[in-house]
Amino acid sequence: MFAAMPTPVNDPSHGFCRDCLTFQRGAGLRCSACGSPRLARHPELYSLHIAHIDCDAFYAAVEKRDNPELKDKPVIIGGGKRGVVSTACYIARIHGVRSAMPMFKALEACPEAVVIKPDMEKYVRVGREVRAMMQALTPLVEPLSIDEAFLDLSGTERLHGRPPALVLARFSQAVEKEIGITVSAGLAYCKFLAKIASDFRKPRGFSIIGQAEAVGFLAEQPVTMIWGVGKAFAATLEQDGIRMISQLQHMERGELMRRYGTMGDRLYRLARGQDDRRVVPDHDAKSVSAETTFDTDLASAADLVPVLRALSEKVSARLKKAGIAGRTVVLKLKTHDFKLRTRNRQLTDPTRLADRIFQTGLQLLEKETDGTKYRLLGIGVSDLSDAQRADPPDLVDLQARKRAMAEGAIDALRDKFGKKAVETGYTFGKGRNAHPPEDMER
Amino acid sequence: MRVILERSNLLKSLNHVHRVVERRNTIPILSNVLLHADGASLEMKATDLDLEVNEATAANVEQAGATTVPAHLLYDIVRKLPDGAEVMLKTDEDGNAMSVISGRSSFRLQCLPQSDFPELSAGQFTHNFRLESAAVKTLIEKTQFAISTEETRYYLNGIFLHTLEVGGKLKLRSVATDGHRLARAEMDAPAGSEGMPGIIIPRKTVSELQKLVDDPDVPVTTELSDTKIRFTIGSVVLTSKLIDGTFPDYQRVIPTGNDKQLIIDRESFARAVDRVSTISSERGRAVKLSISDGQVTLAVNNPDSGSATEEIAADYSSDPIEIGFNAKYLLDVAAQLSGSEAKFMLADAGSPTLIHDTADEHALYVLMPMRV
Repeated sequence: MFAAMPTPVNDPSHGFCRDCLTFQRGAGLRCSACGSPRLARHPELYSLHIAHIDCDAFYAAVEKRDNPELKDKPVIIGGGKRGVVSTACYIARIHGVRSAMPMFKALEACPEAVVIKPDMEKYVRVGREVRAMMQALTPLVEPLSIDEAFLDLSGTERLHGRPPALVLARFSQAVEKEIGITVSAGLAYCKFLAKIASDFRKPRGFSIIGQAEAVGFLAEQPVTMIWGVGKAFAATLEQDGIRMISQLQHMERGELMRRYGTMGDRLYRLARGQDDRRVVPDHDAKSVSAETTFDTDLASAADLVPVLRALSEKVSARLKKAGIAGRTVVLKLKTHDFKLRTRNRQLTDPTRLADRIFQTGLQLLEKETDGTKYRLLGIGVSDLSDAQRADPPDLVDLQARKRAMAEGAIDALRDKFGKKAVETGYTFGKGRNAHPPEDMER
Repeated sequence: MRVILERSNLLKSLNHVHRVVERRNTIPILSNVLLHADGASLEMKATDLDLEVNEATAANVEQAGATTVPAHLLYDIVRKLPDGAEVMLKTDEDGNAMSVISGRSSFRLQCLPQSDFPELSAGQFTHNFRLESAAVKTLIEKTQFAISTEETRYYLNGIFLHTLEVGGKLKLRSVATDGHRLARAEMDAPAGSEGMPGIIIPRKTVSELQKLVDDPDVPVTTELSDTKIRFTIGSVVLTSKLIDGTFPDYQRVIPTGNDKQLIIDRESFARAVDRVSTISSERGRAVKLSISDGQVTLAVNNPDSGSATEEIAADYSSDPIEIGFNAKYLLDVAAQLSGSEAKFMLADAGSPTLIHDTADEHALYVLMPMRV
């Protein structure tokens, strides 16, 4: 069907139907072939090539796919009574449920919601399937998280026999058909605007921001739309009377840089729709970590240590799977009043052993178990390198090699008989806290 | 307090004392140096609660007294005063500030009461002996580089000093290790050291002591117990807590059965290691030594940038062997050797290697190989 098509041209009245992919001429509101209202039309439709793709309510969508009974019910993915909302489906969102909202609040807003504990492994698996489909379109896929990525589709027109806009529309259809979840896509000439675009008409969205309209479009947006402007920086700008991007568009680069340093330069450029960041395929991970929010606040070492052990083992398992190791151990705690404490310690050599991560984390934790109640505990390693030089033999610690070998044996048993086939005394029989649900992991 | 003294005397003592003071302190009094004028001298003291240095210097005391002022600030002021100047230190009547007056310069520093200054109570010392400063230098410098910086293994964060009988003679030994390399220095035990406990002197104390023993003519008096140590070097007294831990049984890791002997020119070896390791900027990259009859080939391979090799002649006649070491560790050891040749005793690619100083039979180094 596509082979017979004429080369598409940029014409404001030209476009295509996102459902049947038929070309449209004229200004009709519905597809001339199938009658669908989902038409893509844009003066620059066929000259843009940077895309951002974001799965819609990803975790919830996967759960709905796997259990059709949930289809018309509000679904919230999140951990325990005390956890937070990881993802809310669009029905739950109508009731005011938002991600990162504490679960009790979410349930106040939407008492009939079905709450599902996250099954990270499943989401990672589905996320990988989606990513593989992206990589079939272009090698330049830059994942931002498990369910979103930038794609640079420039130069792929001949390969696919159609321009990026159509490739993208077909991709969205294919994901729906083959994987059973929906995505939203944004198409623009730079990453900054592509990301904004994909967020524009979720779910099943397809938005385009062209070069000609960029400045006018941005003028009407708040400064928080700019990548890098968080709560704190927005407050600083607000103090200076800057709330809308249009205000930035009227300021000089020098003035902005004087006030806000390098961030000023970024404000200047992004406000004008100038973003020359390239799509970089492999962003290496900077750290590997695991964390959990408790059902009730914990303060004692007796309660915290088993959790630390379980999380250390999880981090270690991931390092081993990825063939990497980390040299700095980072402990993360969140107090009952939401204050974050991170403590880190550098080792002389990279490690990937659960025991080493745990023992180092334990020393850091000991100093923090001062009666403070914690709602969250996390452990991780950063300063990553390949596993080649991890955990070298030690002159002094003659037990180190034995412990490493014991850990290897435990790993092998777990591979064969499941995660709980072998447990240390730290976690054995310690119940839910020592086997935290896999919520809010990064 | 009102005291007049020569800038050079004040500067010299402050220089010894102020280094103990940490740049960043959460306890304000620890940023200060204690000044105590009495008789014909001014005594200065600084501490970080683990380590204390004090020194007295000749001064014209017009009014005895004591106070504390910010140590680094006072040191910087005195350092910038002109050579040969006289300095007057004078506290206000209420004791809240101290003036530093020299020529036409005048400074006022805020004080904290001397009664707040913490005392590092030394307790009773059980042993006491004297060493030439050159001997102290040797014990420190041959081993210092191998001290571990890993806080987790706090008992390796210092030099292990102990006595033991070797061939019927009592020896004083210093040992340091970080698990990858070990360094050992040894000398005849001085009178008074018999029966002393094995002690671990913390890294910071070691490095302060090293800076204080630069005058070869001044002997070092050492007093110690199992928790504290005190060094007296001329007018400077350094008192330190010891690391409360057990140093591992290092003798077990010094290999005795290594039979492959390699003798190599120290200088050309060190230069070659330095040259080939240029190819890998990454810390801890291995240098592979391929050792065969009369020759060593050094090779570094960096998948990101390329590779390097260099051959050097050596005295070797055992079976060929390939073994990898951390380039930095090899250079550290080479820098400690005083002889023109280094003697390696090797077993195999996975076992600790022994390195001897051909000019100093008392020094000994062990290196753990790396996988290559």
